[in-house]
Amino acid sequence: MYLTLSWRNLWRNKKRTLIAAASVFLAVLVAVVMRSMQIGSYAYMISSSVKFYTGYMQVQGNGYWENRSLNNSIMLDEKQQAEIAKIPHVTSVVPRLEAFSLVSFGKVTKVAQVTGVDPLVENNMTELKKRLVQGSYLTENPEGVLIAQGLADLLHVSVGDSVVLYGQGYHGVIAAAMLPVSGIVKFPIARMNNAMVFLTLTNAQDIFSTDGRITSLAVMLDDVRNQTAVFNALSSLVGDKYTLMTWEEMMPDLVQGIALDNASGLIMLIILYIVIAFGVFGTVMMMTTERAKEFGVLISVGMKRKRLIWVTTLETVFLAFLGAISGAAVSLAVITYFHYHPIPITGSAAPVFELLGVRPIFYFSTDPGLLINQALVVLLITLTTALYPLFFIKRLQPVQAMHG
Amino acid sequence: MPLIELHDLSKTYNTAAVPVQAVKNVSLQIEKQEFTAIVGPSGSGKTTLLNLIGGLDKPTGGSIFVEGKDIATLKANDLIDFRLHHIGFVFQAYNLIPVFTAKENVEFIMLLQGVSRAKREQRALELLESVGLGDKVNSFPPQLSGGQQQRVAVARALASRPSFVLADEPTANLDSHTAGALLDMMAQLNREYGMTFIFSTHDPRVIKRARRVVTLEDGAVKSDVRQNEGKRET
Repeated sequence: MYLTLSWRNLWRNKKRTLIAAASVFLAVLVAVVMRSMQIGSYAYMISSSVKFYTGYMQVQGNGYWENRSLNNSIMLDEKQQAEIAKIPHVTSVVPRLEAFSLVSFGKVTKVAQVTGVDPLVENNMTELKKRLVQGSYLTENPEGVLIAQGLADLLHVSVGDSVVLYGQGYHGVIAAAMLPVSGIVKFPIARMNNAMVFLTLTNAQDIFSTDGRITSLAVMLDDVRNQTAVFNALSSLVGDKYTLMTWEEMMPDLVQGIALDNASGLIMLIILYIVIAFGVFGTVMMMTTERAKEFGVLISVGMKRKRLIWVTTLETVFLAFLGAISGAAVSLAVITYFHYHPIPITGSAAPVFELLGVRPIFYFSTDPGLLINQALVVLLITLTTALYPLFFIKRLQPVQAMHG
Repeated sequence: MPLIELHDLSKTYNTAAVPVQAVKNVSLQIEKQEFTAIVGPSGSGKTTLLNLIGGLDKPTGGSIFVEGKDIATLKANDLIDFRLHHIGFVFQAYNLIPVFTAKENVEFIMLLQGVSRAKREQRALELLESVGLGDKVNSFPPQLSGGQQQRVAVARALASRPSFVLADEPTANLDSHTAGALLDMMAQLNREYGMTFIFSTHDPRVIKRARRVVTLEDGAVKSDVRQNEGKRET
């Protein structure tokens, strides 16, 4: 009967209740859609960035990140790599041997980052083959090298020419080789486009005399949300012998960019919450004060204040749930639609994204946690407004209330 | 033992610039089954006296004993409980819960008392039948006339099986025909069930029907007259 009383009280002024519920509904909808787009875009940005080169995390030799020397390379054989690949949520592991070397063609010599890769797994992760603008990929010509377009232009080298690599191998051994250029790849980032040389991992290990060693093992995951779990599993597997680097440590600029954007998004959310809180509070205040006489009568005839508070709180609960649940349901439909039909970014912003190797789209997250969190926050804000009738009823003097 | 005993009861309001003594040293005894009218002009202290007897207000002096218990000493929550179980209220403006039907309004008091659903439904129907609203049990207050709403209010007041009913100007908002019918009904309840009624009123129709008339003037009892003694209410 208390539930009936609360529910019917709520509908004493249908328009007002509907407006208040609509404001809660809109708050949930705007908050969820806004956050879904932000979080979704971050996840897409992270996934694109890690796929571009670093992976979600890397297994490296201790001290390698600070001192990129082959002397800090590690021995991770196929069996060990397979064990890592078996960790739940790991989708692939990508071994690399990275070294700095002089690259010469004719009279021109440049410094390059020479990277030995497993052509198949590298392509699965970074889609290196798609960057080919000329020639063939390493799977078709394993003895050759892929040279980044900018570097090829600086060296005036074309497919079919041979370049000389000259550098320092493992433990100071001279590393020198003449290799044919089998393909030219293009990177959107100038720093990479002017410096990268790729060859097969075995070729690189031979040239730099590392005898099966690698400098890093990039690890790819099915979802960034599983990163902590994989990191912990991987930590227990490799122990202190090697260092684990996450994408956050390897790409601090990306982390900062996301943090900045996220902060502005949160400020917008807080403003939205405040506006909604005042809107609902106004409604609850009206619903309470206009019934002061009625509350006075109910207390007079024997209704305890705590029961009356319970009834008015239930009214706010109904109002909050009405708005929050309908808002969550519609939000779910909206973000699910946009998850499968992302909004394309057009105009001058699009090429900027493409240059970074990221598709120019607003991607939406369908993470249930996002939906639940936003609905709960709005619900909580709305329920907080129930404090007003609580204090109002606690202070109410029935005789004064009944006589206005 | 009298049902209600007032000893030297006073109530002074200190809210105004000058303290207002609304009730001055009132001493009264009201017995069970009485049909008493408290009369007097506006501002004479009728409503304040009723509020004190009903435990809605605290006296600034004197004592109020209801069935031997000094209600002025009860704590706020105990007073609410006391009102729920011992006093039925009828207000001038009916003050029904607008979102409840007539039956639910009557039932609600019993719900507060913890009466089972089946019992309170049965009693609500009986009470509404006894006040002549057997065909309006599912009507909401706005669908009822003023007289019908006041009848529901009387049924609600009786629902808790109170020791007495306090009615603050119950006929003030009713036309003479409806007021007469309501008085007939209350008189019948007094006669048949021995229910004690205490009214505040300045309605001559009510005063005429009362068996005891306590007149207040400036907060003090001016006269206390028993009338219609031995005469059965009709």
